[in-house]
Amino acid sequence: MSGPELGLAISVFLACAVEAVEALTIVLAVGYTRSWRSSLIGVGVAVLVLAILTAALGPALTALPINVLRVVVGALLLIFGLQWLRKAILRASGLKALHDEREAYEEEMAAARAAGAPDTTFDPYSFTLAFKGVLLEGLEVVFIVLTFGANQHNVGLAAAAAGAAVLAVVLTGVAVRAPLARVPENTLKFAVGAMLTSFGIFWGAEGAGAHWPGSDAALLVIIPATLLLAVGMVTLLRRRAAAAGASVASGAASRA
Amino acid sequence: MRRVEAFFRFLWDFVIGDDWRVAAGVVVALGITALVAGTSVAAWWVLPVAVAALLGLSVWGAARQQS
Repeated sequence: MSGPELGLAISVFLACAVEAVEALTIVLAVGYTRSWRSSLIGVGVAVLVLAILTAALGPALTALPINVLRVVVGALLLIFGLQWLRKAILRASGLKALHDEREAYEEEMAAARAAGAPDTTFDPYSFTLAFKGVLLEGLEVVFIVLTFGANQHNVGLAAAAAGAAVLAVVLTGVAVRAPLARVPENTLKFAVGAMLTSFGIFWGAEGAGAHWPGSDAALLVIIPATLLLAVGMVTLLRRRAAAAGASVASGAASRA
Repeated sequence: MRRVEAFFRFLWDFVIGDDWRVAAGVVVALGITALVAGTSVAAWWVLPVAVAALLGLSVWGAARQQS
């Protein structure tokens, strides 16, 4: 497996695992509170829609000329990756609340109970919630599988990495019968954001006609540099918040 | 009509996200990379510099709003 292929597999696996953890929380909450049957039908239909989307868009993307594909994929990965990284930086520096699966699970369960007693044959609430949850989280996975896979001309490897992540999360969820609150979701999102951004920089520049010094090996510099930049921003923001907190505390002390 | 509007709103949120300036900046940076690549000057550095600037501006903007 080449370096970019390994990067593809790791990025897709991690991104997919994070999204699968979030989808699992929703499905577990409606399944335990209302109807397992209707929730699982919702999951099945959503997976079918996602599979059709992947099968339809995959060949269309791979048919594009390589430089056009790289610019399009690079731009999308950059926009997407920078969104993930921005959120991860704000969460890690304490400016945005950390995503808590246990809390999300309790909220979903409370909403599901408040929706009234489920129908015994088919519960539309469970179906809709499970369908929407899996579809929306899955769309991000489809996007990542298609962009990474098409660009490397290896949608199969990307799909396999995504499938492995879903399987790992579902099996763990079935084993523990609870949301996977101990998965370091925010750290994973940080890493995935850095990977998407790095590959976006690499492919976007190549597609626009730039040549990287060292060719593919440039990724070995771009990925750590992106991570370092993001960690540096977190450190600066934390220091800024600590300094602001200290000045507020000293102001209060001098007034007392 | 409301469904079409909701679909486009979803698409906007999904692709562009919280800060549209990042998406616009990425498109401009790719354009500059293509322009520089057409000259004899190396163009690989444009995107890393643009990404560092865009991420910094976006994060700082969000941090200022929070404080």
